[in-house]
Parts: sequence; C-alpha cells; structure tokens
Amino acid sequence: MPIPSPFHPRTSALMESHEWRDWSGYLAASLYEPLHDREYYAIRSSAALIDVSPLFKYEIRGPDAERLLDRIITRDANRCAVGQVLYTPWCDDDGKVIDDGTVTRLATDRFRVTSADPNLAWFQDCAWGMQVEIQDVSAELAALALQGPNARVILQQVIQGIDLQGLKFYRAAPACLGDLPLYVSRTGYTGDLGYELWVAPEGALRLWDALIEHGEGYGITPAGMLALDLARIEAGLVMIQVDYISTRHALIEEQKSSPFEIGLGWAVDMKKKSFVGKRSLQAELARGFTWRLVGVEVDWNSLENIYAQFDLTPRLAGRASRVAAPVYQGGEQIGQMTSHAFSPLLKKYLGIASIKSQHASYGARVSVEVTVEYTRQKAQATLVALPFYNPPRKRA
Amino acid sequence: MHAATRKEYDIIVIGGGHNGLVNAAYLARAGKKVLLLEKRHVLGGASVTEEIFPGFKFTVFSYVVSLFRPEIIRDLNLTRHGLMILPLESTLTPLPDGRYLYRGPDHFETYRNIAMFSRRDADAYEDYSREMYFMAKAVKYILGVIPPQPSSLHPKELRGLLGMAQHFLGLPAEQFNTLVRLMTMSSADFLLRWFESEPLLGTLSASGIIGTFLGPRSPGTAYVLLHHYMGEIDGAFRAWGFAKGGTGGIAEAIASAARSLGVHIRSSTQVSQVIVKDGKAAGVALADGEEIYARVVVSSLDPYHTFLKLVDPNQLPPEVVADVERYIFRGSSGKVNLALDAAPELACLSGPGAHLRGAISISPSIDYIEKAYDDAKYGDFSRRPYIDMIIPSMIDPDMAPPGKHVMSCFVQYAPYHLSQGSWDEKREAFGDAVVDTLAEYIPNLKDIILHRQVLTPLDIERTTGLSQGNIFQGELSLSQLFFLRPAAGLAQYRTPLRNYYQCGSATHPGGGITGAPGRLAALEILKDW
Repeated sequence: MPIPSPFHPRTSALMESHEWRDWSGYLAASLYEPLHDREYYAIRSSAALIDVSPLFKYEIRGPDAERLLDRIITRDANRCAVGQVLYTPWCDDDGKVIDDGTVTRLATDRFRVTSADPNLAWFQDCAWGMQVEIQDVSAELAALALQGPNARVILQQVIQGIDLQGLKFYRAAPACLGDLPLYVSRTGYTGDLGYELWVAPEGALRLWDALIEHGEGYGITPAGMLALDLARIEAGLVMIQVDYISTRHALIEEQKSSPFEIGLGWAVDMKKKSFVGKRSLQAELARGFTWRLVGVEVDWNSLENIYAQFDLTPRLAGRASRVAAPVYQGGEQIGQMTSHAFSPLLKKYLGIASIKSQHASYGARVSVEVTVEYTRQKAQATLVALPFYNPPRKRA
Repeated sequence: MHAATRKEYDIIVIGGGHNGLVNAAYLARAGKKVLLLEKRHVLGGASVTEEIFPGFKFTVFSYVVSLFRPEIIRDLNLTRHGLMILPLESTLTPLPDGRYLYRGPDHFETYRNIAMFSRRDADAYEDYSREMYFMAKAVKYILGVIPPQPSSLHPKELRGLLGMAQHFLGLPAEQFNTLVRLMTMSSADFLLRWFESEPLLGTLSASGIIGTFLGPRSPGTAYVLLHHYMGEIDGAFRAWGFAKGGTGGIAEAIASAARSLGVHIRSSTQVSQVIVKDGKAAGVALADGEEIYARVVVSSLDPYHTFLKLVDPNQLPPEVVADVERYIFRGSSGKVNLALDAAPELACLSGPGAHLRGAISISPSIDYIEKAYDDAKYGDFSRRPYIDMIIPSMIDPDMAPPGKHVMSCFVQYAPYHLSQGSWDEKREAFGDAVVDTLAEYIPNLKDIILHRQVLTPLDIERTTGLSQGNIFQGELSLSQLFFLRPAAGLAQYRTPLRNYYQCGSATHPGGGITGAPGRLAALEILKDW
C-alpha cells in the first residue's frame, strides 16, 4: 500500500477526484479536481504547486565526493560550481542509461542527487575504495515544485535569505522561511519558469501553507501528475520506463538506450578523462547510434479526415498517453511514439518518439498509428525538434 | 506628387480588430507586402484589454472566446506569440430566492444540481447535449466554406450549392428535423422540447439572444444556441474560454505574429477614404491627407463604413447601397466593467470556490429575460437585465492586483435607439440598474466597487466604430447569415469595386472572436491574385 508523503494532510484535503496513483511507493495525486485542465493551465499561466517528495534523493559527501560524481555521471562534475545544478544521465559500463536526474553541488565536498529510481547500490558500487559517504535522504527531504510564470513573485514573498532574481536557471541556494531552513533550486519538469523547494518533512506543512497563503492572489494551484505529464511532453522531457527503459529494468539488450539515443547527447562530455560507460559511448559515436529522440507533430487535418470516415470528430483531448504508437515511413516502421498528448496550449497532437536514426531528420513526413473505432489507422505527421514549447521565461 | 502613385504595399488592410489582424497575417504569410491601419492607439477593435483603473485590466468589450479557429492558432504560431486560452469550466445561475443552479466540469455533480430543480431535466440534459453535438457537427461544415451564391448559375456556385444540399440531405431524418426546428423556432420553444425547470431554461435560452435585438420567445433565436456547442465538437477544444490577459491578449498575439510575418502595422492612423481609380480600389487616403497606394484594399470594418463611408456610395450599384442601408445593426447590449477591492460574495454560495472561476448568469427564468426584452422593445434599457458575468481575475490572476478583482458584465438589453433621452444622459442610470440587479445576488458588491466603467451601445460605437454598437458588426440573425451576410451578392468577401474586399465580422461566418472571416477573406483574396 502506498504511503502518504509529508504533504498528505494538505493534498488529501484538496482531493476531489480521489484519483491517487502510486509514485515510488507514495500516494501521489493524479489530479485534484474532476478535470486536470486548470491544474495544467496553472503551470503555463500562473503557478502550480506539485508534491515531488517521492523522488529518490541521495547525499554524497566527503573528500572524494566530486571524484565519485565525476565517475558516475556523463557530465563534468569538476565544473559544477557550488550552487550549480546539472541535469544528467548516468550509464552502465556498456554506455546504456541507468537513470537520469539532477546533481546539485551543495558544498565543495557535498552533492545531492535526485533520481527516478533507487540508485544507492549502484552509487556505492561505483564508490569502491573512495573516501566518501553516500546517504539515502529520500525520506528526510520533502520536495515541492513551484512551476509557472508567477513562481518567482510568489516565492519572493514567502522565503528569505536568497536572491531569487539572481538565481539563474539550474542554480540553487539555501534560503529560509522564518526559522525554517530550506533549499531552493531553479529546476523543474515543466519547461517553464519554476523552482523546486527541498525541506525537512517536519517543515513541509509550514512551507505548503505559506505558499498557498501568499500565492493565492497570484493564482497558485496545487497540481497533480496528469498536468505535469502534459507539461513535460510539451517541454520534450523524457520519462524513465516510458520514453526509455533503464538498463536495470531492460530484459533484452534492444530495450537499452545510450544517452545519445534519448536526446541527452548534449549531456555527455566526451572530453572528460573517464566516466562509467565512456569507452562504450566512444565506440558508439564512431559506429553511429541506432535511435534518435525527436518530436512528432500529428497533422490535424489528417486526424480529422480519419475520424470523418467514421462520421466522427476527433476526440483526443484529455490525458497524455503512455501507450506507444508505431511510427511509419513508406510502409516501414521506423520507430515509436512513446508519450503523446493533445497539447491544450499549442492545439496540436504531439508525441515524443524514438526513431531509427537514419530516418530521424527534422521535417520528414511520417505517419503514426491511431486507433479509431477499434480499427488501426495511419495519420500523417511530421518529425520536429524538441521541445515543442520553450518560453523565454524558462531561463529569464 | 509622383511618389503618391508608387505602390509601396501589395495590400492595405483597414482596421486592426482581430479579423483585420488575422487577414493581414495570412496575406503576409502568403508573401504579400501588407500594411494594416488602425485608428485607435490600441489594436484589437472590440478585442482589447485596457488598464482603465490603475492596476486593473479590463477586458473592455468582448470577454470570452469559444470559436477561435484552432487552425489559425497553429498556422500563425499564436502560442509562441503569447496566446493562451484558459478554460471557463462552469456556469452558475444564482436565483433570487437564494438557491442556485451550478453546471460544472463534474458530470454527475451537474446532474445532481439540475435534479434539484427537475430530475427529468437532469436526464434530458444528456439527450439535449447529444442532439446539439449532432447539430454543431452538421453546421460546422458551413463555418469553413465560402458561401455559394444561390442565384448564380456559375458551375462553381452550383457545385457549392450541390455540396451543401448533399451535406444536409445526407443527415439522418431525425437530425434533419432538429436542424429545421433549430433554424425556425424560438430558443424558448426549442428548449421546452427537453426541459421544464426555469433556471435551466432561462440560462440556456439566454445564449440564444446574445448580440441580437430579440427575446428568447422570438423565432429564429434557437439557431444562436448552437454557437454554445460549436466549440465542443472538435473534441479537443473547450467550448468557452478566457484569453490570458483578456481578449486584448488575442489581438496582441495575432499582431505579434503578423509583425513577425512582415506586416507593417500603423496604429493611431485613421483612414478617411478608399482611393478609387478607373472603378478599382487603388489605395487609401488618411485623415491627415496622406495617400498610400496598393494593389488591393481590404476593409475589416462593418458594411456601413465599408460601403457607405469609405467609398462614395455613388460608385456602387444602387441595389447594393440599398441592401447595406437595410442591413440590421440594432446594438442591443452594453457592458459594465468593475474594479473590486475584494472578492465578491454570492448570497447563494458564499466564500471562494470554482463557481467564481466560471460564468455567472443572471437568467433565473425565460420570463425574466423576456421581460427584460419588453423594456427594450419600446426603447428603454432593461430595468432588470440579463447579465453574463465573469470575474477575469479569478481565472487569470494577472488581471488585478493580488486579492483585488475585476468583474466583466455583459448586459442585455441596452437598445441603441432610446425612445426617450440620450445615452449620454442615461449612462449612469443604466450602470445603476446593472449594479442594483447584481447586488441582489452579491450583497457585498456595492461596498467593494473601486471603479465602474459603463459602456452603452453609443460608447461601443464611439470607441470601436462598430455601428450602433452591435458587437457582431450586425445582428447574427438567420436573415443575415451565410450567403446573406452582409447581403445577397456580397457574401464572398468581394465588393462591386474591383480590388476592394471585406474581412470583418459582417462577413461569413459572422461575429464573435473566431478569426474565421479574416482567414477566409485572405484565402479568397489570394485566389484572385
């Protein structure tokens, strides 16, 4: 049975839909209201408050902390300044992705890592012989994501001891709410202006209440996983076990992916002296990789025409789908759309897809499978670059 | 001046309302060099947001959107230019006796709420919604096509007519019959086929009278009900929404897209007339005497301005002039915008909640609205008007300072032609009638008003130029739709003057923030190029 998060007394009081889901063993709200629309639009129009406590969190400290991180992740940990956050994958020795998450440098010899899956054993195995302490702090840190254009102005009224205007994208700093210490990072999973707040579970409700109180006039809206899922698809952000499969869950080699194949090539620093998987990735670069992550934009007229054959109009609004749909070109399946949704904002049906790299050129005309009246149909679509939505305020 | 005859632009679009902007953007997208001229300092026409009271943004005239064409959002990349349409999920009808009818996104909550008035209605509501889905689907076809000319024998026109006939005759008999009823009945009679409870009848019938000088018992109003369902049939699109930043947000997004496509926009620039040479439009003359030449001139203004003011009517066939003179404007609505010091407290449902984020409709019964119409029939504003109210700051908090609110009240009826006195004398009395009516349902209203903006049809006309203050550039009655909009023979965006086109709400498919006339006109202009 999933257990409550530190924010449960507040989130459960708001729960009108009674739709909870299990996120890493915690109760997570799918949506609070009968429809998720308003929660989604809060992310894009005002500010959404999302309980992300179920993330796995690790603290790595000691003289060799930097050396360990640098060995694990594909980005250069030596160049991670105190107060900087890196989004990064980490790989096994075959260069296949185990997980992706954020690495925050809290102090010269202290890092915090967030991840979707448990990673303690892997981190400890990588730390063999190093002077480093790795602690699973998942239960010791409650986390809230405050995401949306009004996130900053709300936060400015709630917390002290931090220059929020000066806190750049993917930077982090300590702050406080009165005598309650917390940690703020300019990060999120929405592709919008946003922050994540890290606090001891004892202070969780105080933080929640203060945000709600001061945020009310700015449209703060608690949001669940359905809203977040739509936003992250628009932002082109991958989800583990949906858009790629962790090597630790893959049952066959073909299910595994390198960072290059899941759109994270930019986060692989081949100039680094060494890291786990580097040699394999080098070989893969020389050989060329099999898959490429791209966006798919489904042609609306084509969808309308397919539905019209059945005397229907498209009914696609609503929740994002994680049921993969095949992508074709000239009759041949060239990949699959692994997450897809109608974007309420862009008024387009969009998907994140893995396409065989020789076919994955932007602008390429493809078709995707849609099921209408129990029949499989092919809708015209175009391959495009990710993200679909990237407002300037995300980094401003 | 020799320079005067030099064509700097391919096309000049007169009027920076949302249709003018859409038209200009589509023409520029097709590679034309376009100049758009707007007389006001602000773009948008009746789709404007203005900070009338410091810190409070009023969505001054129009306030909601339902039919804005999603293909325009996609074609012009309007999301990138800032367009965001937030959902309006509910309608609350407060009643004088303290009860209320609340219809929201939760299906069975709505069912229970209607059942409080009539269990039969709660069930019939499903059938009604389903029937309206079929109707909207049948009529949606019309929104996207150029109206054919029924009197023409040109093969193209005949093909269009035939296609239309096939489309409608292909409907199942039951749907065809409903469609005929929809086209002929009053909204009250049409709704009485399903329902019996007054708050539901009143509120649904109200959507049949918006922008018309007709009451819920006037034949022909049933058709307008359909406009409430049109947005839903795409499945992906919510029927009603509120544009972030008010409806001015829509105009700004289209203007930004138009500029990025190369449209040159000049605001505070009044066109005094269209220059006609050899029976063809050749450019425009501005109020300050400047002349600008182009191959094509497009007017997004209403027919009164397009045919009788911007050109010399003597240059037009007399029957066209006569048709335009008989075109029915009859502005029938006003607008009251309020800046509020705190959240309004409803007598029927106090405290904050989802009901404040939707529409609030003062429409307790059909009789109530019909009585409001009675006042107007004889040249007075309604003493107890129908009011469609939203609180934009509850939907988009950026519309007012934190904790404060703006309220937008669409009010009907406010006839343009008063039998006694003038609107300048009666403006505040009209405002009082609206506030007094609302205060019956919102006891704290009068204590929290910081600023009141009252807009009569005369004010709408003066500010936006919309003749007689008609928000749709002319009534959306069946006699003025499709191949009769704005008049027979003028429905294909062209005019009797070559190179002179129309693209406003007075052309098919009509008023409301749809962008469809602007887009369809652009496609026709490009066909002629």
